[in-house]
Amino acid sequence: MTTATLHDVRLSGAASDRNYFNDEYGALSWFLTKDHKRIAILYLISVSVLFVIGGFFAMMMRIELLTPEGDLLTSDTYNKFFTMHGVVMIFFFLIPVIPAVLGNFLLPLQIGAKDLAFPKINLLSWYLYMLAAGIGLIVIVTGGVDTGWTFYTPFSTQYSNTHVFGTTFAGFIAGFSSILTGLNFIVTIHRMRAPGLTWYRLPLFVWALYATSIVMLLATPVLAITLVMLMIERTVGVGFFDPALGGDPVLYQHMFWFYSHPAVYIMILPAMGVASDVVAAFTRKKIFGYRFVAFSSLAIAFLGFLVWAHHLFVAGISVYSAMIFAFLTFFVAVPSAIKVFNWTATLYKASVSWQTPMLYIMGFIGLFTIGGVTGLFLASLGLDIHVTDTYFVVAHFHYVMVGGTVMAYLAGIHYWWPKITGRMYPEWWARLAALLVFVGFNLTFFPQFILGYVGMPRRYHAYAPEFQVLNVLSTAGASVLAVGYMLPIFYLIWSIWNGRPAGKNPWGAVGLEWTTSSPPPKENFHETPVVTWEAYDYPGMMKAMGETQHV
Amino acid sequence: MMVADFPLWPEQASTFAKDVDALYIFLIILTGTVSVGIFLTIFGLAIKYRRRPDNELAQDYEPPKILEVTWIVVPTIIFMGLFVWGSWLYFHLARVPDDALDIYATGKQWMWKFQHPTGQREINTLHVPVNRPIKITMASEDVIHSLFFPYFRTKMDVLPNRYRSMWFQATKTGRFHIFCAEYCGTLHSGMIGWVEVMEPTEYQKWLAGGSEGSMASQGEQLFQKYACNTCHTNDATGRGPVLAGLYGKDVTLSNDTTVKADDNYIRESILNPQAKVVKGFNPIMPTFQGQVSEDDMMKLLAYVKSIGQNTAPATTPAPAGAKGTNP
Ligand code: HEC
Ligand SMILES: [Cu+2]
Ligand SMILES: [Cu+2]
Repeated sequence: MTTATLHDVRLSGAASDRNYFNDEYGALSWFLTKDHKRIAILYLISVSVLFVIGGFFAMMMRIELLTPEGDLLTSDTYNKFFTMHGVVMIFFFLIPVIPAVLGNFLLPLQIGAKDLAFPKINLLSWYLYMLAAGIGLIVIVTGGVDTGWTFYTPFSTQYSNTHVFGTTFAGFIAGFSSILTGLNFIVTIHRMRAPGLTWYRLPLFVWALYATSIVMLLATPVLAITLVMLMIERTVGVGFFDPALGGDPVLYQHMFWFYSHPAVYIMILPAMGVASDVVAAFTRKKIFGYRFVAFSSLAIAFLGFLVWAHHLFVAGISVYSAMIFAFLTFFVAVPSAIKVFNWTATLYKASVSWQTPMLYIMGFIGLFTIGGVTGLFLASLGLDIHVTDTYFVVAHFHYVMVGGTVMAYLAGIHYWWPKITGRMYPEWWARLAALLVFVGFNLTFFPQFILGYVGMPRRYHAYAPEFQVLNVLSTAGASVLAVGYMLPIFYLIWSIWNGRPAGKNPWGAVGLEWTTSSPPPKENFHETPVVTWEAYDYPGMMKAMGETQHV
Repeated sequence: MMVADFPLWPEQASTFAKDVDALYIFLIILTGTVSVGIFLTIFGLAIKYRRRPDNELAQDYEPPKILEVTWIVVPTIIFMGLFVWGSWLYFHLARVPDDALDIYATGKQWMWKFQHPTGQREINTLHVPVNRPIKITMASEDVIHSLFFPYFRTKMDVLPNRYRSMWFQATKTGRFHIFCAEYCGTLHSGMIGWVEVMEPTEYQKWLAGGSEGSMASQGEQLFQKYACNTCHTNDATGRGPVLAGLYGKDVTLSNDTTVKADDNYIRESILNPQAKVVKGFNPIMPTFQGQVSEDDMMKLLAYVKSIGQNTAPATTPAPAGAKGTNP
């Protein structure tokens, strides 16, 4: 019997010689590939490049903010930099990063499928992403855009003379890439699971991707419509949002946040999925309250659609609608809290490894918790009036989206790196990077909470002198953070040639992806796996290992 | 001196500040305790159950399911408490006291213009008396701005298409920051200013220096300049309705619905008269969109308001004590 079984952990070291990497050669074999693993690699390279570009803008802003005066950049340049930092990081990095890189690579492997349901559409998604990113880059080099990533009207439609059209068009196209990915994942999860892999046997990463995909599919079209309306108003002068043309600027904000709040969950849900998988693997335990964690993803996806107007508490909504949205916003915090408590409880009586992915995930839980609880400050209506549109908000969403999503992504990329490349990364360097990221992150963003409460508004090129000390601290932290982010780029690339061969399952983790060779063959599994075990069945593995020892 | 250069806490300079800070401190203590609790638990467990040769595999043990219920129910209850507290503050801010002193503000790229009821105008500085509620009615001439008084713990977005009002009551004299908090273009970070909170007597003295006549009386002049008075006469003979006594009343429209004649209704009546036509009148009023500047609009509004109070005279009552010193 050669059926891949879960329990032959650690037994196999030798990577089989044929894998998705060396199966075909030549540029075309990559650019026309339909293999989800190769497409994931294409995404990995593209989002990494975009991350570096977005990071460059961030670094320039932090250097500018070392002094209260606007001395390094002109105001217009500064405004363009924070806009392009936001646009690049949100639309071209945070939204695609986990689904398109890790999700693409792992979803079929985790459910025992040969590929996604629509491999060609998957490739199309990447091309759409690249088209959008290309337009974005053209905008950047031909003068940029200065509206803020939120494109608020009437500034964006009547007053800005930068490339608003190009940027929103890029966002519009990137949206289709997201929609198609979401559609592909949903169908794949419904139709392509291996025999025996019931819903409750799925890894929580798959549940998270499923919830994310629903949000992508339902919310993104609203963004597309909003951006089209904006483009029409700007070019043809049809009044939707501009009061001079009979429109309403607050309508724009409703429509924009109807997408962009759920988009926060497009960014954080997959991160939570990674966290669940990593916690299980590095504690060798089933996640406590598996079903609660799984359904909390769906609850977040659902409730996430009902809270958009919490971005408008001072923008012009009635007192009563503000109250309704505040009420629902507190509710959406409950499922997130459930997850944090469940991850924590999983550590009890576990076998906790302090390897790099786990370090990142411990960082993730900590930072996400801070990001989450500061959300409660913002949901408390009377307090939001003071802190909204200040650095408090900047700190809050960086804790969620960088402390949360980026930390989890780094955890995931380290966890699955041996599967993706067949090689181990250098553990010592990886731990150092994890530490630098954690320390640098907190030093960068924690002072910003204080800065916001003492009153520094966001998107300020110059500021009052008494805010300087906190800004200098923040910039110092950003330098540490930058080193922490650059390190993995170097040692991960280095490890592709020089890393120790990883073998099938270097972590002793449970999951279908660990039953095939590393890197996996083009068709993922030599034979269709049959699943007979529960998700994260470490006790089962334990028994099996006991048996193998008897042999 | 060091402390003044490096504030970790914004000054409390309004009645609202203490209340907001109280909620803030409560939240810091609550969320701080919970967060630190979680960090210590994770750290403690990760050390206690770290992987060792005798602990290669986790124990086959699951904590009791009742925990799950606990950490769903307890946070939900706490969140409801926070919701009530936060909403209570918000309500407090939304309800403007009746005796508030009316000040008008317009935001435009990139300055704040303020006008006092007695007509004084200032740019990027706002003089107000201490211990008296101040109501600011505001609109934008271009994009969205946000009028932010960090030391009063309040802000509100300023919109180009309608009036909004906010209020505060300063509790100490001094100079406090005004910031624009909604990104509005190139010099957004330069759209800043100061509130000068003064003793009431000082404020009266300040008011006395240089005025072009009250806003309402300037509005009355504009009423003639724009020839509004050709249709809106003082008796029912005009082609347009009598505006005296209008402000604050309910108006019946041609489609038999009623609306309250508030700031935004007056504004709309002037900029977009066809939108709501008064019952019994022909829709002949021309639109003044693009002709009346935001400043003039404020004055016209002040005028319509002043004759709406049934007291007929075209001047807003000046704050107590001001009459004698006003020209
Ligand atoms: C050509 C005549 C005409 C002129 C000039 C005119 N109006 Fe009017 N106005 C009307 C008529 C007729 C109505 C009632 C029908 C309607 O609501 O449009 C009206 C309605 C109004 C109303 C609402 C009254 C109510 O009872 O609800 C306001 C306020 C107003 N006008 C203010 C002004 C101001 C201020 C000006 C000058 C800037 C002005 N109007 C100029 C004819 C005029
Ligand atoms: Cu939101
Ligand atoms: Cu501004």
